[in-house]
Amino acid sequence: MSERVAMLSGETIYRIHWKLGTDLLVGVCHCGAEQESDDPVLLWEWLLDHPGGHSRAAVPVPPSKRPAGVS
Amino acid sequence: MSSFVRNQWYVAAYGSEIGRGLFARTILGEPLVFYRTAAGEVAALADRCVHRRFPLSESPSRLADDKIICGYHGFTYDRTGTCVSVPGQTRVPRTARVPAYPVVEQDSFVWVWIGDAGLADPALIPRAPWLADPRYTTVSGLEPLRARYLLLVDNLMDLSHETYLHGGYIGTPEVAETPITTEVDEDRGIIYVSRHMDDAACPSFYAKSTGIDGRITRWQDIEYHPPCLYLLHSRIAPVGVLPHEDGTDPDGFHVEVVYAITPETEHSTHDFWAVARDFALEDQGVSDFLAESNRTVVLQDVAALDVLEEVIQREPEGYQELSVNIDTGGLAARRILSRMAGTPVKVAR
Repeated sequence: MSERVAMLSGETIYRIHWKLGTDLLVGVCHCGAEQESDDPVLLWEWLLDHPGGHSRAAVPVPPSKRPAGVS
Repeated sequence: MSSFVRNQWYVAAYGSEIGRGLFARTILGEPLVFYRTAAGEVAALADRCVHRRFPLSESPSRLADDKIICGYHGFTYDRTGTCVSVPGQTRVPRTARVPAYPVVEQDSFVWVWIGDAGLADPALIPRAPWLADPRYTTVSGLEPLRARYLLLVDNLMDLSHETYLHGGYIGTPEVAETPITTEVDEDRGIIYVSRHMDDAACPSFYAKSTGIDGRITRWQDIEYHPPCLYLLHSRIAPVGVLPHEDGTDPDGFHVEVVYAITPETEHSTHDFWAVARDFALEDQGVSDFLAESNRTVVLQDVAALDVLEEVIQREPEGYQELSVNIDTGGLAARRILSRMAGTPVKVAR
């Protein structure tokens, strides 16, 4: 899929997309803020902390956005 | 501390399991007795006589005129749990009653409310309408799981385990190669995990039963209504054929896989499963295949989770799990269940 899937609709939907071809997750808050991470635990913490932390890089961004399967 | 989520509706049984006899089942550690009244309604009472605790479901306890007569001393209870007869005396003590549980029969399931009966609102019961819809054909079953319900939730929220634990049954290469999207609706308490494959090989089973010739669009959408109801919407269609904007989907073929995850005790679970389809409705061969393959998959999960429960019970406190991308949905489920159970959120890294 090239487009982001969104099946639920409502005022308080948190989404985490697994970025195609990478090990990266993209968290999208219902307020529109986005954050990338390769750690789902940290990403949920960042999302559910809304709006705290949205203005700063609360989630460590991986040093390289390497393709999946390469380590 | 208990991981149970009280003040919720749980699937206690299939409606077909409850008849004019006494039927025992333990839900969230509470022993219950069920029966169907002469009018066809399901009643549920605590399965312990108020007098000396004898199980009301245990022979020679029996049902007579919609009342249960305890097989030990003859205490008799009506469907509200009120004792209406005590042996050898005319006065019935005011405290002679057993708790009655709110019950709703819906979508082929018997739902029971565990918690404060005053809070039981039938409108809160999540729906699985396909199971009682004549436009669908359904196969179903129930397997006992000797593991805590949280392990089954974890298992079902991540379908990438299909490739390993269920290799050769439901796993295909595209399942592991397609990115997933996880959504949490905080207000409604729903977790949704989508895996949409735009261009996938058509498993021979689907090619034969649907008549689709060629590659397919294949969607797997998990919709979990914690704590009890898990739905897996499986949709296949020829490549590029999508549902209409109004939500109708006349050109897609649908399999709705339903699990009801009902804790029996802290360390055991009732694993209800059903598979409903909207194609090949009269084809017994398709029914047999879906029943056999899904039961095989469920039993593979049960065997693995039974082992995992033993491992967890033997390990010292504080074991640190590792979570990766495939666990995104499972982590969301854990968070919501912890919140519902009123326990502190503690999530593995």
